[in-house]
Amino acid sequence: MTPDIDIDTATIWTVILVLGAGSFVLRFSFLGMIGAKPLPEWVLRHLRYTAVAVLPGLVAPAVLWPAATGGEPDLARGLAALAVIVVGLVTRNVLAAMAAGAGVLYAVIGATAALAL
Amino acid sequence: MYMTAALRRAPSAFRLGLKDGAPFILVIIPFATLFGVVSREAGLDAFEALAFSVAVIAGAAQFTALQLLNEQAPLLIVLATALAVNLRMAMYSASLTPHLGAAPVWKRALVAYFLVDQVYACSAVRFEENPHWRLDQKLAYFFGAVLPVCPLWYVFTVVGALVGAAIPGWMALDFAVPITFLALIAPMLRTLAHLAAALTSIVLALALAFLPYNLGLLLAAVAAMMVGARVELMMRSEA
Repeated sequence: MTPDIDIDTATIWTVILVLGAGSFVLRFSFLGMIGAKPLPEWVLRHLRYTAVAVLPGLVAPAVLWPAATGGEPDLARGLAALAVIVVGLVTRNVLAAMAAGAGVLYAVIGATAALAL
Repeated sequence: MYMTAALRRAPSAFRLGLKDGAPFILVIIPFATLFGVVSREAGLDAFEALAFSVAVIAGAAQFTALQLLNEQAPLLIVLATALAVNLRMAMYSASLTPHLGAAPVWKRALVAYFLVDQVYACSAVRFEENPHWRLDQKLAYFFGAVLPVCPLWYVFTVVGALVGAAIPGWMALDFAVPITFLALIAPMLRTLAHLAAALTSIVLALALAFLPYNLGLLLAAVAAMMVGARVELMMRSEA
């Protein structure tokens, strides 16, 4: 290991190319191999829940233990997440939910900063 | 009903895709800019940052790889961890196969390249809502949703890399992604089965967060899919 701060160019390009190819293989996997072949009903039944099985688990740790705060729970981020969920459930509108989340996030960040002054 | 369904043409599906993809412009711009800034800080030039975003086109994996590179992690660990973050893409691929599997292989390859979280989530919801859609309508919808999302990912990666470290930390740009995903999830919770799957996913992902290489998320996702399928069967036999 060299003590250089910069990552060397060969390493960067290896990561870019291998990660790019690997990500494509993952994304193409089933679309490419199975194609138009019919899938059994029990498989389809499981696949219907893919989105709702992956995204909540992906986001939950980021809400409770944000990397940006060193993994400490953060009031602004927590309340913003709550606002997105509530507005999303009530309106079923992605844009309204995201706007509510951003609004609460900055309102709480602003209020916290004002209190600290 | 069948008549109107038959009258719906691909252009209207394309426009619906555009409309569903458009809100993500608001989060793709800050997130891509942030990636550009972080890659500049890690010593990448604008061209390398752009190549990263074009080749990988997956924010979470790109951030993971950069962070590990910064920590001087061994190359194999960097690649394995970032690819593990992207393993969910294989699940998306499987999920869209019943809808798009009949397309010619070059179109399936294009779909695969652009299979990002936001486009997948919109498509999964709309394809389930519109079971009468033909293949060309589904493809038109998919690429309609790609258009507002993916080109901006490239452009603002470059902007971030050129602007450099001008974004203050208080702006909490990191939280653009959780907000997006949460906004995507809420409209999906249409049935008890969907709700049960989502709760399983959250509880298990948090409980298994200690596992390396993002394995906790994958186990949580598989378990959540099984719970969703099981609840669906139970509800059906009750009805």
